[in-house]
Formats: sequence, structure tokens, C-alpha cells
Amino acid sequence: MIIETTGLRKSFSSRAGREKKTVEAVRGVDLKVAEGEIFGFLGPNGAGKTTTLRMLATLITPDGGDATIAGVNLRKQPGDVRKVIGYVAQGGSTWDDSTAREELVLHARMYGISKTEAHKRASAALEAFELAEYANRKCKTYSGGQRRRVDIALGIIHQPKVVFLDEPTTGLDPQSRAHMWEEVRKLREMGMTVFLTTHYLDEADALCDRLAIMDHGQIVAEGTPAELKQEVLGDVVQVALPQNVAAAAEVFDSAEYVKKLETTDESIRLYVEDGASVIPQVLRTLDANGIKLTSVELHRPSLDDVFLAKTGRSLRES
Amino acid sequence: MKFLRDTWLVFQRQMLLLLRNPVWVVVGITQPLFYLLLFAPLMKKALGQGAELTDAQAYLIFVPGMLVMVALFTAFSGFGLIAELRAGVIERNRVTPVSRVALMLGRCLRDVVSLLFQAVLVTVLAVLFGMRVQLGNALLAYLLIALMALLLSSLGYALGLALKSEDALAPMLNTFIQPIMLLSGILLPMTLAPAWLQRVADFNPFSWAVKGVRELFAGNPGSPDVWKALVILVPLTVFTLVISSRAFAKSVR
Repeated sequence: MIIETTGLRKSFSSRAGREKKTVEAVRGVDLKVAEGEIFGFLGPNGAGKTTTLRMLATLITPDGGDATIAGVNLRKQPGDVRKVIGYVAQGGSTWDDSTAREELVLHARMYGISKTEAHKRASAALEAFELAEYANRKCKTYSGGQRRRVDIALGIIHQPKVVFLDEPTTGLDPQSRAHMWEEVRKLREMGMTVFLTTHYLDEADALCDRLAIMDHGQIVAEGTPAELKQEVLGDVVQVALPQNVAAAAEVFDSAEYVKKLETTDESIRLYVEDGASVIPQVLRTLDANGIKLTSVELHRPSLDDVFLAKTGRSLRES
Repeated sequence: MKFLRDTWLVFQRQMLLLLRNPVWVVVGITQPLFYLLLFAPLMKKALGQGAELTDAQAYLIFVPGMLVMVALFTAFSGFGLIAELRAGVIERNRVTPVSRVALMLGRCLRDVVSLLFQAVLVTVLAVLFGMRVQLGNALLAYLLIALMALLLSSLGYALGLALKSEDALAPMLNTFIQPIMLLSGILLPMTLAPAWLQRVADFNPFSWAVKGVRELFAGNPGSPDVWKALVILVPLTVFTLVISSRAFAKSVR
């Protein structure tokens, strides 16, 4: 495991008027991230994703718990952790009046890399992130997507083992977003472990090898996107019927592939493991019993259903 | 050595950005120039106590005050830092193994260099108006104001990191700088002040600095005011440097 955390905690105190309030941002996070995977933190704003990430990136000290990153202890050797990680903040990290090349060279040199090597790496990074054209222009002239790519290039200029990306696609247009997903996958291909946070369901689903769903400072579920979705009772086959709802319910009640059955006035809902392969059977059974149907629909569970099942709220609403 | 190399890296970048946009160096010099041209001539009669001073004599008293005034302005360093905080540059630096002291010191040295440039400009102008000062004494005076700049800019950075907002920093600095300026005898020597005011001014380190610089310009490098100024400024500067580098190292939310 390249990242392991146990009981990571952090609370902040804030003042509202005279009252002092303590907010428990992260309340005991246990995590294991395997080398070479894209690991995602999914959760609503304020769930504690960024705080956890900032703790792992040595930017804030945990109140409790412990972590090792690439074999280095976070609390005892934060300085050595910095050498093996890269961190890309949510809000950007470039200076308006600097050029991408200047930022890259200086950032590399802050890791102790020599001047010539820093220039070499900056050129390579500019090429790899399709920034060579604007390399010597000031950062303030870049588009949102270009500037975000500079941020990522800065985060990996020292070839870290782990790179933390905080909301890498927030604020990007759909095209830049798709582009960014490709960049993130490239990082994995280069052998890096990517740890990202997101509040986008589709991003977590499409991009992450494994996920932890976070809410109110705790992890409520963990697994691959497919595993997580299967936990929520699997697929739903919804059969709309003009009549005989009760009869149909009776027929399917005893079927072994149905995990759970719900009826409405004009339809039955069958919770099954693998909806696509069950549909032919459903149709045959209905036919054999002489029950007519209007339509069949297949619902695959989304990560939002997972979130709903674990927290009682929809991620879209929170 | 890593620390020196890191400081040089930070300093280089800050200088590059300063030279790219040198307008602030120019803006910083306008106020002392106005004082020099529009206020110093008044001093000829006011300070002469009956007899009128020459331009050269008036400037020998007034220019040191102006140099300290320019140095006081380095306390506003926090504003640039808040902009860097907001852009995420500081945070990006803080995830690297770069020395935290270097992050602060590199910036302070940039402030010292730009201050010295302004100081030389003010001095050269005064020399054109007839003021005469020995090079050695002037260099020693520059050392004093460089110390002041180091002290105040590091303090400014610590304040910027603590407050994180221009809206909080501006009134805070104005509240402190105003009395410090008035109590340091920048415009008129504190010897003209009533006894109680002089007592109060004795608690202002910059009042000692002004005295020291004036003695140097007057051609008395051996005056006790010179070494007193050094003895007061050096430990204070070390103290603020430590405070400020701690602020850079401390976790910022």
C-alpha cells in the first residue's frame, strides 16, 4: 500500500460573534491506497475531502491519527513526505505575471533539481501538457483549462510517487474536463498513484479505479465504482403493466433471481443482480403466465444511489 | 548549502517580477521626493534659529529622515504576500521541501534591494542640490536602513500571513506606522520636542535609527548614536525574522 492512514482527525475552531464553535472537519479516516491506482474521494462540499488531502500533503497537521505515504511517516518526517508527493490545489497555483516556463523551472528547483535539469524537465512538461505554444506568455493570458494544466504540470515536475489532485476539473468546461481526465489517466500510465477529490458522480465513476465516499468527515463506503453500485441491491427491472399487477407480483415473488420486489399501481419493480441478462427470463415468465406488459425498463444504479443508500441524502441535493 | 540556495532562488524570482513591473519602486520614491523638494526648503529658516541654513545643511538633517521614511514603507510588504497567498503560490511552495526561512528571507532581501535603490536615488538627488556626505558614512547609513527594511518587511510578511486580508492589514499598518513615524523625528529632529515627548520617543527604535543616520550624514561615525542604533536594530531584526519564518513554517489553514 502506498498510502495508509489510521484514524486521521482534524477539527477547526471558528468564532461566530462571541460563540466559539469547533467544527470536526475530519473524524477518523482509515484508508489504504494501492500503488498505481487512481483513488477518488467522492462527497459533497464540506465533507472533509480537502482537509484530508491537505493533511496528507503536509499542509496542515492532523489532530490525531497517523499516516504513511510511500513508506514515510507523515507525522515524524513531513519533510521527507514532501519529496515523494505532488499536490495540486483546488484554487490554482500560478502567478499572473509569471510565465508557465518560469513557474515550472523554479518549482523544479525548489525540489533541489539542478538548473539545467529543471529547464529540461520544464520543456518536457510543456510539451507533454500541450503548453509549449504559450510557454513564454504570462499566466494571466491563459484559458482556464490551460492554467489548470500548468497546475498539474507543476504538481508532477519532480516525478513524485503520489500526486494529490484537489477537484481537478471544477470550473472547467466539458471539453477541458474530458481533456483533463485523459491527463489524469496519463499520470497513472507514468506510474504515479493519483489521489483526487471530486463532487462529480460521473467523474468518480469514469476516472477512479477505487473510491471512498465521504460525508461529514467520515468514510461511509469504499470500493471500486462497480462494487459500490452492486452493494445497493443491484439493477432494477421495471415492468409496466396495463393490468394484473398483483398477479405478476405473485409470479415473480418466488423467482430466485429477484432479491426484492416492489409494486406500484401500474408496474412492478424487480431488484436483481444483473438486469440485462434477467430481462429475457422476465419476458418469458410473463408470456408463460399470459400477462400482458406495456414496457420494460432497466435501471442501473448510479453512485448517487450509493450515496443515497449510505447517507439518506442525494449527492445532487447536498 | 540548501538554505542559501533556496533563499537565492526565492530572491531571484522576486527580483525578476519586481523588474518586470518596476512601477512600485517609482511610486515608493515619489513621496520622499515631494518632501525633499517642497518641504525641506522650509527647514532652512525653521531649523536655523534666527540664521538661515544653507540648502546643504538643511538636507543633511532632512535626507536621513527621508531614508528612514522610505524604509518604514517596507512594512507594507504584507500586501504583495496576501496576493500571492490568494493565487496559491505560497501553498504550492509550502508543499515542496524548500526552506521555510528562505521563502521569507528571499522576499525580504528583494525589499531590501529595492529600498537601497530608492535610498541611493534620494541621496544622489540631494547631492545634486549641494549636500555632501562621505561615502563610508553613507554606506554605514545604508546598512542601518537595510536592517530596518529587513525588520519591517519580515514583520509585514508575518502580519500578512496572520491576517490574510488587505482589509484587515491596511488599518492595522496605518495605526502603527503613523505614531512610529511621528515619534521618530523624521521630519523634524526630536531635539525640538518637549521633554516628555522625547521620553516617549526613546521607546521607539526608529527614533534611535534616525539619530544614528543623522550623525552619519553629519560626518560623526564615532557618535554613540550610531552604535546605539545598531545595538537596538540588530536583535530586533533577528527577532522579527524568527517570528516571520515561524509563520511561514506553521500550517496555514
